[in-house]
Amino acid sequence: MRWVFAVMLCLLPALGGAKEAVPAADDPVLEQRLMRLAKELRCLVCQNESLADSHADLANDLRDQIRDQMRAGQSDEQIKSWLTQRYGDFVLYRTPVKSTTVVLWFGPFVLLLAGLAGLFLYLRRRRTRVGQPGLTPEERTRARALLQEADPDAACR
Amino acid sequence: MKSLRFILPLLVFVVLLMFLWVGLSLNPREVPSPLVGKPAPAFQLARLDDPAKTLADKDLRGQVWLLNVWASWCVSCMEEHPVLVELSKQGVVPVYGLNYKDQLAAAQEWLARNGNPYALSMIDPDGKVGIDYGVYGVPETYVIDKAGVIRYKQIGPVTPKMLSERILPLVKRLQAS
Repeated sequence: MRWVFAVMLCLLPALGGAKEAVPAADDPVLEQRLMRLAKELRCLVCQNESLADSHADLANDLRDQIRDQMRAGQSDEQIKSWLTQRYGDFVLYRTPVKSTTVVLWFGPFVLLLAGLAGLFLYLRRRRTRVGQPGLTPEERTRARALLQEADPDAACR
Repeated sequence: MKSLRFILPLLVFVVLLMFLWVGLSLNPREVPSPLVGKPAPAFQLARLDDPAKTLADKDLRGQVWLLNVWASWCVSCMEEHPVLVELSKQGVVPVYGLNYKDQLAAAQEWLARNGNPYALSMIDPDGKVGIDYGVYGVPETYVIDKAGVIRYKQIGPVTPKMLSERILPLVKRLQAS
């Protein structure tokens, strides 16, 4: 019984995704292309929604404009650059690699490498430390002598 | 060397704190416009006072002017409206209105009721010119120089503070050059 519920729960998100902006049905091929492109673009009004999902007025207008441009034979790249000219790279969910975004793109890998290097150095140092015997024979006899000197019984007498 | 071991994590922490501090003070709604420093997009639009006549960006060359995007349905426009009316009385810089996705009658009535700070308003019923200017939240205000280059963009209502600290000094500098 329980696994039936589990399966049903897993299917729930599929239902949630069903509600999207209504496509104009006159040209399904164009509409599909529009939706594919619009998923990569950010709506400026509801900033955590893509242009495909957003119901904002501006998103509607922008979709209309993109439709017009697609009908006019513009490529996806041309449409993207048309949008970034107006709204900046902010509209693109995939940030382009530029001088200002190098840190964003490669910073995490640099941090990861630095972390790995630190871990490697630490482990190597620890191994050499563990590999050493605790005390040399001379140190051992010296320690024994010191302990005998500080015999607690001797202090009480 | 030993003291570095303790100071280093503290330094890392302070740097992290500074990043967080700056990050918190940024407003994600204010998307920097790529249009600043670029020529203002061309337009030729019908005038709100007389839709039979048009106004084009070329008509405004040779002077520093403000472009204010507004609409009668826009709540925040009401907030900045007194500031613009006050500015228009001073006569320092002309403000041209872009009536964005509005209805003619509603827009005309709104101006009649609240006062008209605009040298002229043009109408952009389908928002196409708005998109060219990268408008995504009304009101927005642009400072455009004599050569027709956008020098500044304000997103959201113009406050008296923004006007006196940023916009007017910039306008004066542009007018002098």
